[in-house]
Amino acid sequence: MADVTLTIDGKRITVPAGTTVLQAARDNGIFIPTLCHDPKLTPWGGCRLCVVEIEGMRGLPASCVTTVAEGMVVQTASPQVVEARKMMLELLLANHPRDCLTCSKSGACSLQDYAYYYGVRGDKFHGEKHDYPLEDDNPFIVRDMNKCILCGKCIRVCAEVQVNNVIDFAHRGFNTRVTPAMDLTLRESEECVFCGNCVQVCPVGALAEKASLWQGREWELTKVRTTCTFCGVGCNLEVSVKDDHVVRVRGYDNPLVNSGWLCVKGRFGADFAESPDRITRPLIRVGERGEGRFREATWDEALDYTARRLQEIKEQYGSRAIAALSSARCTNEENYLMQKFMRAVIGTNNVDHCART
Amino acid sequence: MQDLKEWRETLQQQSHRGDRPSLTVGMSTCGQAAGGAKVMAALEEEIARRGLQVDISQTSCIGMCYAEPIVEVALPGKPRVFYGDVTPERVPTLVEKHVLQGEPVREWALIQLSGEATPYEGIPVMPGSTYYGRQVRVVTSRLGLTNPESLEEYIATGGYEALEKVLGQMTPEQVIEEIKISGLRGRGGAGFPTGLKWSFTRQAPGDKKYVVCNADEGDPGAFMDRSVLEGDPFSVIEGMTIAAYAIGADEGYIYCRAEYPLAIKRLKMAIAAAGEKGLLGRDILGTGFNFDLHIKAGAGAFVCGEETALLASIEGRQGMPRVRPPFPAQQGLWGKPTNINNVETYANVPFIIKNGGQWFASMGTEKSKGTKVFCLTGKIKKTGLIEVPMGITLREIIFDIAGGIQDDKQFKAVQIGGPSGGCLPEDKLDLPVDYESLTAAGAIMGSGGMVVMDENTCMVDVARFFLNFTQAESCGKCTPCREGTKRMLEILTRICEGEGRMEDLDTLETLARVVKNTALCGLGQTCPNPILSTLQYFRHEYEAHIKDKRCPAHVCQALLVYTIDAGKCTGCGACARACPAGAISGEKKQPHRIDPALCIKCGSCMEKCKFGAISRL
Amino acid sequence: MDLGSNNDANIKAKALAEVLERYAGTEGALIPILQEAQEIYGYLPGEVMREIARKLKIPFSQVYGVATFYTQFHLKPRGRNIIRVCQGTACHVRGGARLLEAISAALGIGKNETTADGRFTLETVACLGSCGLAPVMMINEETYGRLAPEKIPAILEKY
Ligand SMILES: Cc1cc2nc3c(=O)[nH]c(=O)nc-3n(C[C@H](O)[C@H](O)[C@H](O)COP(=O)(O)O)c2cc1C
Ligand code: SF4
Ligand code: SF4
Ligand code: SF4
Ligand code: FES
Repeated sequence: MADVTLTIDGKRITVPAGTTVLQAARDNGIFIPTLCHDPKLTPWGGCRLCVVEIEGMRGLPASCVTTVAEGMVVQTASPQVVEARKMMLELLLANHPRDCLTCSKSGACSLQDYAYYYGVRGDKFHGEKHDYPLEDDNPFIVRDMNKCILCGKCIRVCAEVQVNNVIDFAHRGFNTRVTPAMDLTLRESEECVFCGNCVQVCPVGALAEKASLWQGREWELTKVRTTCTFCGVGCNLEVSVKDDHVVRVRGYDNPLVNSGWLCVKGRFGADFAESPDRITRPLIRVGERGEGRFREATWDEALDYTARRLQEIKEQYGSRAIAALSSARCTNEENYLMQKFMRAVIGTNNVDHCART
Repeated sequence: MQDLKEWRETLQQQSHRGDRPSLTVGMSTCGQAAGGAKVMAALEEEIARRGLQVDISQTSCIGMCYAEPIVEVALPGKPRVFYGDVTPERVPTLVEKHVLQGEPVREWALIQLSGEATPYEGIPVMPGSTYYGRQVRVVTSRLGLTNPESLEEYIATGGYEALEKVLGQMTPEQVIEEIKISGLRGRGGAGFPTGLKWSFTRQAPGDKKYVVCNADEGDPGAFMDRSVLEGDPFSVIEGMTIAAYAIGADEGYIYCRAEYPLAIKRLKMAIAAAGEKGLLGRDILGTGFNFDLHIKAGAGAFVCGEETALLASIEGRQGMPRVRPPFPAQQGLWGKPTNINNVETYANVPFIIKNGGQWFASMGTEKSKGTKVFCLTGKIKKTGLIEVPMGITLREIIFDIAGGIQDDKQFKAVQIGGPSGGCLPEDKLDLPVDYESLTAAGAIMGSGGMVVMDENTCMVDVARFFLNFTQAESCGKCTPCREGTKRMLEILTRICEGEGRMEDLDTLETLARVVKNTALCGLGQTCPNPILSTLQYFRHEYEAHIKDKRCPAHVCQALLVYTIDAGKCTGCGACARACPAGAISGEKKQPHRIDPALCIKCGSCMEKCKFGAISRL
Repeated sequence: MDLGSNNDANIKAKALAEVLERYAGTEGALIPILQEAQEIYGYLPGEVMREIARKLKIPFSQVYGVATFYTQFHLKPRGRNIIRVCQGTACHVRGGARLLEAISAALGIGKNETTADGRFTLETVACLGSCGLAPVMMINEETYGRLAPEKIPAILEKY
């Protein structure tokens, strides 16, 4: 596509035609706050925090849904723009619980960050506020709709990424809320698969991982990039750890694998890591089969033992007496190695996998 | 096509107003609400009782809503006489005197339409009467004069001549050119040039295109579109058919407000009738042109008048607007290029095609051509539906056509454009009615609601009324409108209740400006107008509420003070018995007094006092 | 969920099936279908909306979103008789709230609710403009004034 040249805050910028003003600004290091925008979801244009001034256009258009045009002159921080953004934050805070002290999102909340940036305290208006019950009837997600700013990202992620359409806007105007049909909870809806992708996109503390509550403040967490062990897809994870304890799992945005999205197991199944039932050392059976008695062994001992036994069996009964069953929790590379080992070293095609059927 | 011409000629010769007397009753929504059906029944009974050979039929709203029910009496070869405020009791006299003796009942007659006949003496002739003299009736020309349910009458009065011309002699480009020459601008509010819009939709790539008629009229105080749909449904259908031909569409929708059952019923009948005669559907007039038309009934959401919300609603979703561009002309219904116009816009089209774009452009002002229909309501003498040339002044409309203020009270303001519009004071009355002047003054042309207010109207209360409306109708998609209307309403309510502070005015003004600048759709962008215009022209009223805790128009209940004039009070005690709060005390035959701490300002006492001793400040 | 007697429920279900059949394959049919469903049932029961979602192959959450967006749609049955209790200032002072409580207790329903037998729906209204008769309420088109909790049972009896 052809290129377009425009001016943003006095800076001449050239971008491909079709780019949004927001993207053009961000690509060039110019700050514009957003709440409802997510480059991976369809544009919405509802929060109006990203408004800018564009010469020749009426009012203040939302930069996330305005495409660049040749010769466009954009102001992202004029007094009018700043006044409007501050007002928008005042309006959102006027209908938001004063809960930053204990909110699990504190430190990673867009609303908090922008309020700080613009010096907005949220004390301009005193009127009706929402008073919805807290939803925590499922083991994974806590929903506090009083904190919801109605950006609609969760709805879009559920519809466009998970393709599950559990939630939508219901009612209208000031009473608009995000909910499954019939104002049921996620659990009652019987449609939610608890992938938690909605939690991940929520810019505020309206959606939270239940297991993470009270486990550590945002700034106490160490973030570790790793790969999910639940299946062979290899979704990239960002695991937040505090004192050697996994507090939270989020998807890491690797467009080659999972683009940051996860399923229920990868996101909410991390507790196995600290389970007392987890086997962390090799075990070698002692006593009779079925008796259930094992002793701990070192890796060297276990490997030597296994190699020896495989060799004995192969010599005594032939290659076809041996089969391998691999796991979906291994990586592709590991699974590849396993079948290679069976065919080349053991000499059999007796290879199978728990996820084959 | 030849058939249509011949049919029209036959119909015109055997004009229904033939050799028998005819009685016609106004049966639009307003006429029915005023008791039109009872009058109709009384007429039928009277005619049957006397065994007369008389045609009884119905028509639509002639525009004099203040005088409904209206009955027209026409004798062969004589002028058509219109009677207002007809009751079943008046029916026998009317039939006796006018139908049988041929003498109109002058004191009940409103107006007469003489045509070629000699006018009766002593009855105003239309046009020429004060009410109609300043009006130019184009899209309302059939209203109240023909039977809206009759395709025959439509055709006999020139209907479908335009479609005939378009399909027979014009290319789509020529049609668009003619509309451009006319200077017609959208009558739905924003005033976008119609010809230009059509050309965008025509040029948009795609095989499948739609035309949509916006009949979601939802402003409080507006019923222009309803009147046109109820009174001349065929003109809208013909206009849409021409538009479809011009832009290359073969399918159309009329999105009609659910609260307009009569309009929907008449549209359905009209669509069926036109389809039967080959004027809709497959192979129209044998030219190979196809156009199918459907009706969609709204489900109660004002915001669905906004075009992108309307499309979402037709598609079966919540009526949440989306950002434009892309405009519907590029991506409309189901992503296909779609032309959306207002009812009145389409209704103008057949007249423009028939009489030429030049004819239309000769009316109005430089930038606003043709005529505009308005609904006059509020504290004026003659409420109703009028059609005036663009450029007429507000003063002419309010004082010359509508006869001025009820009870000759003082004019205070005129609210134009409904919840998106603004209130203009006395010194703006000489403004010409055109898109640009009204917008510059802080109001908008809007769809055509015009509410006149007198000295007894509180401007803060008016602003609150409109905000209450928009607040309830906000779709909830964008922050400024969803949250901002709520806060603006809360501040206005506080002021009306005497709890306002001067800082509130600044907050209100800033908030209103931000909402106007940042809201996603027209609803949010225009809903601050009632506040901004009243703050601009009537700031003193806001200040009186805040500083003096006083409502100058005596409207805001919380600010009223009831007192008893000891000089006039006879001590009868009627007030004390009426007071629900027990706030009035006094000995028998001694002056009573009201305890302001207990008074809840309901006004019951004042109604009961026979001696005018109680006053309200 | 109680949708009336079995027979009645069958007739309604058949009517709904007929509506769904008629609109099969029509684009954008959700709103007209909801309108016709409401005509059949008097309101939009959850099960009916679920059925519509299933037949149209659209998310239930969307059907619910649409049904709650438009004011024409009622999600709860409205009673045969609509009681509107005035909560204006005058009525408030004269015990409008106690009156509401009394009616609520007598019928076993709260504000904006309907009795199980569908006889009454209880609503409130800002002001009925009959302050001199406070406290007041309306049942359908009839206004009742100078009310007291003791008078309620006898009045409700009439409907
Ligand atoms: C909140 C809102 C309500 C509207 N209501 C109507 C309406 O009832 N009728 C109408 O014709 N246009 C209405 N409009 C304007 C339409 O969006 C659109 O501009 C119009 O239908 C275009 O037709 P026109 O060019 O013939 O005016 C409304 C706009 C907004 C923002
Ligand atoms: S957890 Fe997943 S399926 Fe459930 S609502 Fe959120 S996005 Fe939808
Ligand atoms: S829950 Fe979070 S993501 Fe969903 S709409 Fe509310 S603020 Fe946005
Ligand atoms: S301005 Fe109001 S009606 Fe329009 S999109 Fe925003 S919230 Fe909805
Ligand atoms: S980020 Fe642009 S409107 Fe929300």
